[in-house]
Amino acid sequence: MEWVQQLINGISLGSIYALIALGYTMVYGIIKLINFAHGDVFMVGSFIGFYSITVFGLGFFPALIISMTVCALFGVLIERIAYKRLRNATRIAALITAIGVSLLIEYGVIYIRGAQSEAYPDFFKKNFELFGVQIGMQSILILSVSVALMIILQYIVHKTKTGKAMRAVSHDTEAAKLMGINVDNTISATFAIGSALAGAAGVIFGVYYTKIDPLMGVIPGVKAFIAAVLGGIGIIPGAMVGGLLLGVIESAVSAIGFSLWRDAAAFVILILILIFRPSGIFGKNAREKV
Amino acid sequence: MHCMKKSKFASLFLASTILIGVLAGCNSEGGSGDGGDTIKIGINLELSGGVASYGQSEDKAIDLAVEEINDDGGIDGKKIELVKVDNKSDAGEATSGAIKLITKDKVVAIIGAATSGNTVAQVEVAGKNKVPLISPSGTSTTVTVTDKGKLNEFAFRTAFIDPFQGTVAANFAANELKVKNVAIYADNSSDYAKGLAASFKKDFEAAGGKIVAQESYVAKDTDFRSTLTSLKSKNPDFIFIPGYYEEVGLIVKQAREMGITVPLMGADGWDSPDIVDLAGADALNNTYIITAYSSEDPDGKAKAFSDKFNEKYGEAPNSFHALGYDTVYLLKDAIERADSTDGTKIKEALEATDNLDLVTGLYSMDENHHPVKSATIIEFVDGEQVFNTKVNP
Repeated sequence: MEWVQQLINGISLGSIYALIALGYTMVYGIIKLINFAHGDVFMVGSFIGFYSITVFGLGFFPALIISMTVCALFGVLIERIAYKRLRNATRIAALITAIGVSLLIEYGVIYIRGAQSEAYPDFFKKNFELFGVQIGMQSILILSVSVALMIILQYIVHKTKTGKAMRAVSHDTEAAKLMGINVDNTISATFAIGSALAGAAGVIFGVYYTKIDPLMGVIPGVKAFIAAVLGGIGIIPGAMVGGLLLGVIESAVSAIGFSLWRDAAAFVILILILIFRPSGIFGKNAREKV
Repeated sequence: MHCMKKSKFASLFLASTILIGVLAGCNSEGGSGDGGDTIKIGINLELSGGVASYGQSEDKAIDLAVEEINDDGGIDGKKIELVKVDNKSDAGEATSGAIKLITKDKVVAIIGAATSGNTVAQVEVAGKNKVPLISPSGTSTTVTVTDKGKLNEFAFRTAFIDPFQGTVAANFAANELKVKNVAIYADNSSDYAKGLAASFKKDFEAAGGKIVAQESYVAKDTDFRSTLTSLKSKNPDFIFIPGYYEEVGLIVKQAREMGITVPLMGADGWDSPDIVDLAGADALNNTYIITAYSSEDPDGKAKAFSDKFNEKYGEAPNSFHALGYDTVYLLKDAIERADSTDGTKIKEALEATDNLDLVTGLYSMDENHHPVKSATIIEFVDGEQVFNTKVNP
């Protein structure tokens, strides 16, 4: 039964990665920018959730919604202030800006509240045993919230007008503009949705792992990026599968007794993917149009 | 590159200050410090700077101890006079402070510093001038024995060394909790935790126990569930977790969520109020830690100290207070037995310390100037630290 337990551990961790990876992949898909500040939006979301719960005494779901809303606005703000004017600049300029924004958010938060960590209050303490496997309410919660958000995302992308616009802009920005799509608003919407998912991941992370601090976004941010590349960057189902897969692989590496190699395993996967299948699991080996 | 430069500069600085100290020591007339009817003791502590809370705690308790001794007639009729320098939590300042205390104030011994690093910075000066140096709370073995295994003859300490805590935990697990199959889950990124894990393993196996699993984590990890799951499958009846409270708090919480109900134990790295927030009071039940001192210790001496301290300062003493207080009595005992204020004679008396009854327990000195002393075991009960037992080595 140990393996079932490990699978549950891995899926719980993986669904947090997947939620963050979705934001990465959406932003990349639409403006070809690797938004390194995305992990820090996740951190900000976690703190907003924390303060909603402890200062305003809200429950889990209201805190989740507040955090998602604030993060959506925050994401749009970042895009409007930092990235918009770089839309026609070189890719490297945008990438460096993203790293700068990331550092600004991290140390801005440290400046405001200090670097000490906080402990999330305990929700959903209940555990139950199923065939000798301990299943925490938290694991179930993480999984159901993540799945629900992913379904909503799929719905938005495939069934709504905004989603259609997003797909169009992602496919060919210039043509989309000619067809009367407001590209700026569409990009803003992408940032808003991606950041809201990161905010949700932040709150879930806090509830599941208890400890949050201003630099907590760095490692999950990098892991989510690896997950996005693993699934095929720019592809939404790829980010989900990549995230879950990465979580399960990390748990498996710990389970067989190599807990110190867990982070290394993620980077090995990144290197292998870049060497053997740069377009990721779901990616098509399309030739660049010249 | 930057690091190398810095260390070169630091060693140059250290060498030059030591040279000055040695020369100044030669010029003085033996530096007896026996200034008529007082005995001068130097205090070189972190009264300001990064780790000021340690130094200030010890300073308070040292004042209390000296006040008591002086009210009681002093040492052989001579009152103790304290000369204090603030090393500002800085190794360079600690060295120059030690030089000043020895050459200008001609103290018979120095108490300090609170941390290992700042004590090591004074060891050379104290040794060259033959002035005993006692650190109340420096736990690194390098305070008294250099990396190359050479004894720093004039350096001593009051606190137990890190590997000793592993021994105490092993004895407690084997003899008090009577557990047989034990797992170790250690922080692999700190020498402190690795040292504890190694000594625990050695002593627990020597006591007839079995280590069924040994796993590691690194500082800043947040996900311990996978490793805990595989530890659980080995069915240990006790888990030893040497590490610091930031990660340990999460480990304890996640372990309890995984249904691991066996006793968990750590050392003084767990000792922070934050651990209760991180792990939750419920999860911490049935966990044990080692400390130097508990104000709830029913032992007469510990209780008397706690009451006196409370009366003077209006707060319960912590282990830094107790160690500072004990250091003064350790030195007093040595000076009395040496019947002299000569540095070498005090040093020899300190080396011969045997079963001295102090607030933090019975104290003896081994050949490496490491204390052999009892440790206090604390149990967490609903988030409160409750005195459990005192373990003798």
